[in-house]
Amino acid sequence: MKLSGWGCYPIIECAAHLFEKRSTAAALLSAGDDWIAYGQGKSYGDSALAPHVLLTQEYNKLIDFDAQTGVVTCECGITLAELIDLFLPRGWFLKVTPGTKLISVGGAIASDVHGKNHHAEGCFSESVISLRLMLPDGTIASCSREENVPLFRATCGGMGLTGVILDATLQLKAVNSAYIRENIIPCANLDEVFVQYDRCSHYPYSVAWIDCLAGGSSLGRSILMVGDHDDDGELTLPEAKRLSVPVTCPSFLLNNYTLSMFNQIYYRVKGKPAQRQRVPLETFFYPLDKIDHWNRMYGKAGFVQYQCVLPMATSYKGMKALLQQISAAGMGSFLAVIKLFGPQNENFLSFPMEGYTLALDFKIQPKLFGLLERLDRIVLEHDGRLYLTKDSRMSEAMFMQGYPRWREFQDLRTQYGMKKKFNSWQSKRIGL
Amino acid sequence: MMNLTILGANSDVAMATARRFAQSKMISSLCLASRDLELLERNANDIQVRYDIPVKAVVFNALDYTSHARFYQQLDPKPDIVVLAFGLLGDQQNAQSSFEEAHRIIDSNFSGAVSILEVVAADFERRRQGIIIGISSVAGERGRQSNYIYGASKAALTAYLSGLRNRLFKSQVHVLTVLPGFINTKMNRHLQLPGLLTASPDDVANDIFKAYLKSKNLIYTLWFWRWIMAIIKSIPEPFFKKMSL
Repeated sequence: MKLSGWGCYPIIECAAHLFEKRSTAAALLSAGDDWIAYGQGKSYGDSALAPHVLLTQEYNKLIDFDAQTGVVTCECGITLAELIDLFLPRGWFLKVTPGTKLISVGGAIASDVHGKNHHAEGCFSESVISLRLMLPDGTIASCSREENVPLFRATCGGMGLTGVILDATLQLKAVNSAYIRENIIPCANLDEVFVQYDRCSHYPYSVAWIDCLAGGSSLGRSILMVGDHDDDGELTLPEAKRLSVPVTCPSFLLNNYTLSMFNQIYYRVKGKPAQRQRVPLETFFYPLDKIDHWNRMYGKAGFVQYQCVLPMATSYKGMKALLQQISAAGMGSFLAVIKLFGPQNENFLSFPMEGYTLALDFKIQPKLFGLLERLDRIVLEHDGRLYLTKDSRMSEAMFMQGYPRWREFQDLRTQYGMKKKFNSWQSKRIGL
Repeated sequence: MMNLTILGANSDVAMATARRFAQSKMISSLCLASRDLELLERNANDIQVRYDIPVKAVVFNALDYTSHARFYQQLDPKPDIVVLAFGLLGDQQNAQSSFEEAHRIIDSNFSGAVSILEVVAADFERRRQGIIIGISSVAGERGRQSNYIYGASKAALTAYLSGLRNRLFKSQVHVLTVLPGFINTKMNRHLQLPGLLTASPDDVANDIFKAYLKSKNLIYTLWFWRWIMAIIKSIPEPFFKKMSL
């Protein structure tokens, strides 16, 4: 069966298998090498693609929930959306959530995803109390900060390369509302973005949409959105309308002019001087989840999302250089984000580090890859790195320079015999 | 408040139905019965955590007829609603050459149902209350070369449920016959199903729940199968036999 990640690039022929029981998963794994788990297919590139794919979507049951403490244990295939639907009405929300809830818990752990509160709460793994991992020989290891610590550190953010995450115990966060009090702060250029992020660091949630096509004195103009949970006791979400991109669009629809026009309008509409509003949590965290298949906007050839992080010391200079390069190339997207991260955690391959991250989509076109290589050089010069979950093309050298702890990760893989059993197209490309 | 027992509870439709009833808060306990206890316990746990109602997992084998009376006896509390959700699509090609396969299909869809439902019916009749929901199939409406052994066993089940409804009416026991068309389930995964005509297990569960609330006798799910089957049934046999269905 042909599979791809969310970016629809690359598309690869994989032998895909479902499982509902641990014994089935173990039996499957015993027959052949090069396996990788595949959850909701929301990582963008080839990190969940391999000759043998273990689909986790049916291994998605709840195991336990303690209404007193908000601790939930679930199988890895369950989606964040299901957890929110079930537990938000009871006053519990995810401690860390990425910009989509349509991902599996296993995927969230393997990517060690981050959200708008990274500067305050860290990555998804901060909410993971423990997890159980199926090793290459089909045995199961319990991993936490007390037990099998190296396995835990390697598995959180380990892109599924340490085994199959079977289930996890998560700490949810108590909330007293399904609504967010949001402040919207327009920033005319990159300097203002940095000033405003600094000024708003006390807000638990923050993210900025950035117009990556604006140049000159407007370079880096952004709309910063910050917020916190409301406290009004209203725990039900309003009925959400769903939209869909029903067919794959011809990719010429997204060109420099349409994007630039969109960005201009978006900045005008959203960027009125400082507004405050109360919005449903779904609108604040998951604006794109309302549009099914939005990835089809980029046409048949698919797209890549380029997400890098630069350490604090070089963030300003580096971001400026990146934005100049992108703006000059005239290739950008309407989904560009700049965000301040908090300190990095102890996991071997987790992406975030203290500094600024920039994420933007590019539709696949021949001249794109030259630009991305130029961006790679800027990222390396500023001691940054790229996010594995978004990646479909980074080189081995780029990976190894960006993730100095790859050696420890690889040693652990060797020690447990994971190198033959668990691989993705991505892991082979980046030399793991 | 009602106690619900689902027979053949590991199927996708059964699970969706269990969730739909649990979500309604109209049942006070749920009993899931099927062969594979490992799967069943996962499912039972899941519903219990999700909807905060007591759920039991009990081993039940539709083909082990002699166990049925004992199985029913040990149910505590006794059910007020029984959903019969087990069945076997089988392999038509294989069943044509191997009577063993044909027999397995017939027994799973029909003999097993008769055996357990007679036990249930006797209890409901005595208690003068209860609802039996039997999941049959539109395939039982007319035999087609692609699955007539399955279809015939479902036709028998549909006729059986109709007779049971007739018998139990005077005891205030209700029987609902459910005739689903294509459903996107584990059982059908290997088939190429026409997207527009194919229901999700949740769609079917919703229809079943609504029909239960309205005390319907027989429903097609999704609704348009009533009309599709009306057309298929109206085709004169001389033409029908020449068609490749």
